[in-house]
Formats: sequence, structure tokens, C-alpha cells
Amino acid sequence: MPKYVITAKRKLAPRVNWFRIQAPLIARRAQPGQFVIVRLHEKGERIPLTLFDWNANEGFIELVVQEVGKTTMEMGRYNVGDHVLNITGPLGNPTHIDMYGVVVIVCGGVGSAVCYPVAKALRERGNKVISIIGFRTRELVILEEEFRRISDEVIVTTDDGSYGVKGFTTDALRSLLESGVKPGLVYTAGPVIMMKKVAEITRRHGVLTYASLNPIMVDGTGMCGACRVTVEGRTVFACVDGPDFDAHKVDFDELAKRLAQYTEEERIALEKYLNTVSRGG
Amino acid sequence: MSTGGSRVKKKRVPVPRREPAERIRDFNEVVLGYTLEQAMEEASRCLQCPLNFAPCVKGCPVHVNIPGFLRKLREGDVKGALEIIMETNPLPGITGRVCPQEEQCERNCIMGRIGDRINIGKLERFVADYARKHGIRPEVKIPPSTGKKIAIVGSGPAGLTAAAELRKMGHEVRVFEALHEPGGVLVYGIPEFRLPKEIVRYELEYLSKIGVEILTDVVVGKTLSLRDLLTEYDAVFLGTGAGTPNFLNIPGVNCLNIYSANEFLTRVNLMKAYLFPEYDTPIKKPNRVAVIGGGNTAMDAARSALRLGSREVYVLYRRTKELMTARQEEVENAEEEGVKFMFLVSPVEFVCDDKGRVKAVRLIKMRLGEPGRDGRPRPIPIPGSEFELEVDAVIIAIGQTPNRILFKDIPELKLTEKGTIVVDEKYRTTVKGVFAGGDAIRGESTVVKAMGDGWKAARSIDEYLKTGEWPPEIKPHDFEAEN
Repeated sequence: MPKYVITAKRKLAPRVNWFRIQAPLIARRAQPGQFVIVRLHEKGERIPLTLFDWNANEGFIELVVQEVGKTTMEMGRYNVGDHVLNITGPLGNPTHIDMYGVVVIVCGGVGSAVCYPVAKALRERGNKVISIIGFRTRELVILEEEFRRISDEVIVTTDDGSYGVKGFTTDALRSLLESGVKPGLVYTAGPVIMMKKVAEITRRHGVLTYASLNPIMVDGTGMCGACRVTVEGRTVFACVDGPDFDAHKVDFDELAKRLAQYTEEERIALEKYLNTVSRGG
Repeated sequence: MSTGGSRVKKKRVPVPRREPAERIRDFNEVVLGYTLEQAMEEASRCLQCPLNFAPCVKGCPVHVNIPGFLRKLREGDVKGALEIIMETNPLPGITGRVCPQEEQCERNCIMGRIGDRINIGKLERFVADYARKHGIRPEVKIPPSTGKKIAIVGSGPAGLTAAAELRKMGHEVRVFEALHEPGGVLVYGIPEFRLPKEIVRYELEYLSKIGVEILTDVVVGKTLSLRDLLTEYDAVFLGTGAGTPNFLNIPGVNCLNIYSANEFLTRVNLMKAYLFPEYDTPIKKPNRVAVIGGGNTAMDAARSALRLGSREVYVLYRRTKELMTARQEEVENAEEEGVKFMFLVSPVEFVCDDKGRVKAVRLIKMRLGEPGRDGRPRPIPIPGSEFELEVDAVIIAIGQTPNRILFKDIPELKLTEKGTIVVDEKYRTTVKGVFAGGDAIRGESTVVKAMGDGWKAARSIDEYLKTGEWPPEIKPHDFEAEN
């Protein structure tokens, strides 16, 4: 059995961790926009995480993980030398990398880790890349340097104005489009409400928009339909038909509801875990 | 025949089972199985037909020497019995539990003419269980390596059987599995109360002992391409199953708490969601559940839902009871446990509440019409007969199809319009050196048919490795039309 050993770890922001993990087979085939399914240990669940970066020669992949519940919080306590029991991938379709001219990347929170490899590939393809990355507040800002290296322009927004431009990413996108910028593509990843708003804005401007969707997944290989979403009135499986979809055709309201399906169970799992941890487990 | 006459015991030795009221409280096994004495007695009822005639052997897709193992068993030689079974069947603890023996080995048992047929399934199961509990292992001689390497894609019943057979022929065998645990439908589909996962793990250990290597977390088509495998291996066997669930194309199908049977059973079986929060994967524990479909998967889903604590579980089927495809034994088990059946109904809509959760299924009554293409009467809706059934969860078990995404990178691999892989009578696909079997070529079928395919495909693969011959054109064989 391959051991997925953690070889480097960094804290990017409170509750946001970056991991470098040995996974040579995945690193060899990974492409921008793809994800992996991770299971930490024998009793663990399977969760999808987007590939942040990878290196085929050195056989590692990199993941950025925000602590939002039991599994991600538990992973946050994993350190260099620890190993993850299972990683499957690369899964999903790669993002369609093409020459679009100007590309605007709009991502919120840890969604910026989803956008990063896509933005990088689009830039390498010769596109002019404008990246809008948004966070709630200053201390949550991540990956700014990385985005500066691979973008022609970076706009950092914070909801409270504690850093960069005050407001939401969608505000920045709106003013950009209103100022006359005509992108060939807008690419978005982050909270569902943000992606929905991005789609509404770009629809008015007639700009092609891809959203990287983040529904609940179990196997990630198309065998269960937990991740099904409605796109243009049709049911599709995000894990094999996506995760990128034409944002103007996605039923975001349904996606938001389906994401909340296990809120109660997620709370129970987290509480139990926090109790164990506080007892020194 | 020397064993005839007055010594013939007409009645089967009954198999102990747990009472419904007790067994629906947990996921432990329902059927308890024979004791050694009971097994010896049941085995002694066999008339010992000669091997070249025995109808039971002909009815077994992997041709287990049934009179042979029963002879050993009635002498109390469990090890001898095990070795005879495992000459052709690497998974006796599994097949003894999940095969529909009434349609296979037991179907034409001669004893059926004068009394009960021999309970071959439960005896095979007894041999496997007794051996496991007493640490009895078969002695297997692996011939010297042929130096040939074979890749098996998928670790379900077809792939595992092919792997064991090819390994016993001296080939080097590596199995690639997409999930984190091998076994395919044996681990994610069939519930613990019918097939304990401990038994699956134990029987898979035997495969590693004889030198079959199993790699999990490898999705062929993604982690590795089929082309990669073709350059590195002398032959490839595709046993990738039919794992893509069909959903109903009706309004409300994406409401919350509507599951495919695959998702529901994967959460319960593979991820052990029934032990949440000790295990991390959650599952909804609904009060009133509708299971849609009439096959074994529907029975498994319904009985699992009961065990999660559902107060009412309905199986909704569009045909009649007689036309259900589920095993009779499983339908009876479900009835005993309190599953309610509604026949001749079909969903037309799922009604959601304001939070998007399913609250009712709208059904239409059906009547049976003329036989369709599969020879079974077609259900026809009765206009104006719609009614609602209140539920808080739905499990859709209306069948699965092969996963097409697996082979996207190899367009030469020809598929049928149903998405199954085209093969000839020797399990050869349209790509040289690539064979396929099980649900991947049949569509959704049974464990033992998949094993039969793996078993026969292993012989074709061996022949190909020796001769290198491949026909210029593959003549599609219709495996569904067999029997």
C-alpha cells in the first residue's frame, strides 16, 4: 500500500493549512482543475480536496485545507512525517485551458487555492490574467504572493476593508467589467453564494464563465451521484462531468441546499471530536 | 446407485437463523449456518452423481466439484472439502452466501425429484467458515513463474476470480482498485448482515498469500491510463462492473435525502455510516423511507434502512411480486423483517419542503401490458390514478450501468449502446490483449456470473499468452442470451 507521507506543512492563515504530500502516481498525471479524494484513517470519511500544486519529478502533490469541520480539523493536526491513509486521484476533468485573451479569476477564501493552478496554466498559455481574491478580513488573506507571481494584475479584497480593497470580490468584478475590461473568460471558485453572484454579473456582460463546483462527494468516481448538480436542467455528476461547469447554466440554489444536507451530523461529529481532543485524545 | 433406497434422507437439514425482531436491531448476519454435525448430515444426503454427469456441477459457473467436496465433508474432512472447492473457486465464504443457488447448482439437483435438493450453498459456506475459524488453509502449489504479467482492472468478483486463476497458472498478477478497499460490490454493495466484511477481507488475504498483488486508490483512466497498462503488461482484464446508478428523470429527483442505492449502501457498508459518529461518514436516519425498485439492491437498501432505525420502509415496484428480480429468500427475509411492499406503482414526482428535503413521493398506479423486449410484461400507467405517499427519504434502486468515463482515453475499445464492453465468446475486446468480463460486459448481473466470466476469461488469457493469437475481427457474443 502506498504511504502518503506529509513532507512539508505550513500555516497560511488561522485554520488554513498547506500540505506537501508524497503521491507520485497522482503527481504524474495531475492537471489544473482536478481534485483528489482523501481519507485520513480507518474510521475516516472520504473528502474531496482540489490539487493546489504538484511536481511529477519529485512525486509530490500540494493541498490547501481549511478547517471547517471534523475531518479538516483533524487533518490540521497532522504534521510532517505523518501519513494520510488514502489519496485517490487525480479526479474530475481538467479545466479547459485555451487562449481567451483576458481572463479574470474570481475566488473567495480557500477557493483561491482552487483557482491558483488554473490561473497559472492560463497565464502560461499566454492569457492576460487578472486575479481577484477575496477574504473576510486581513488575517485570512492567503496566497497573495503566489497570485502576484502568476498574474498580470491582482486585486485583493476584504469584506471589512482591513486590507486591499474594501468589499466583496463581486464588487471588484463588477467595477472591472463596468470600466470596460472585456475578458474572454471568467473563472470562479469559492462559496456558492459568491459563484452565483459572479454568474449573475457576467451574464449581464455576456462573458463566458466557468465555476468549479464543490458539492458533497463520497467516491468521486461517478458511482453514487451524491455530487449531482443540475446544469441546464440536466442532472450531472460533478465528480466525473465536472467539477468545472458553465456558471450561467448551474442551479446554484439547489447546490447550496444540497451542501447543507448534513449540517446537523457535521456538528455532532465536530463536537465529539473537540471533546476527545480537549480530553487530551 | 449404492446410496439409494431406504437410506435416502428426503428432508433438508434446516439452517439456523436469527429471529426478525432481534436481527433488525443490528447489522450482524441473519443466517447462522450449519454446525459440523449438521453439515455432515446434510452432505450425506448427496447421491454422489458421477462428476461428468452431475447436474449441480454443470449449473455452477465456476464448475466446483460439488459431489467431490460433499464426499469429503460427510467424512468430516473439512480441509479436503475446502481444497476441492478452492481448486476452482477462490471465494467460497462469499459465494456460499450470495449466490442464487436455487438458479445455479441446486437447480437441477437429482435429489429434487424425490425430496429436497441438497443445500449446496450452505454447505460451501460451512466449509469456508469452519476452515476460517480453525485456521485451515488449502495447500496451493503455484507453478514456476511464466514471466508473463497481467493487469486486472477492478477488484470485484470477476477480477478477483480471474486473478486467482491466472496466478495459479504461474502468471504475475496485479489488481488495480479505485476505492480504498478491494472487493467491489462485495464491500460497498452487499450489506454486512448478508456478507460480513470480515469474511471478504479473509478471503482476499488468500489471494495475497498466493501472490496476487492488489493496489487500491488507483482509478484506471485517471491515476493510470489503460494505455499505460498495455505497455507494461502482457494482457489486461477489465472487471470494472456496472457502477453508475440510474436516476429517475422526474421532477424533484435532486431533493435532499434522495439517494441512489449505490450512495446509500456505500455510506452504510463501505464507510460504516451506521456506526456514525464513531466512524466519520454520516447518513440520514429517516423515519419513513421509500425504496424504488424490485431487485436485490432494493432489498439490501430496504433492509439496511430498517436497521438504521426507520419506522416504516416501503418497497415500491412497478410490476407484480412474481416479476421481482430479487432472490426469493431475500424478499422473504425483508417481509419477515417488516418491509412493506407496494406493487404496480411508479413514481412521477418527488415533492420537497421549503428546505429542499423530500416530503412525499407522487405515485401512479400501473397495469401489466404486453411483454417488452426482455420478455417481461411491460408496466403501463393508469391515467388519473396518481396518489402521494409521505416519506422523508427515498432510495432509488432501479439499476446501474457501466461507467463510461473509465475508457474515455481508449476510443478503439468498442462499447454497446448500453455502455457494456463488446467481447467475443472468449472475452476478447476490440483491443488486442484486453479482455473483459462480469457486469462490465453484461450490465448489472450476479456475483457468481461475474466469477464465472473471470474464471473462463483466465483460460482465454492463458491461451492468448501462449499463442499470441488475436482474431482480426471480434464477433460480439451476447452473454445475456445465455442460460
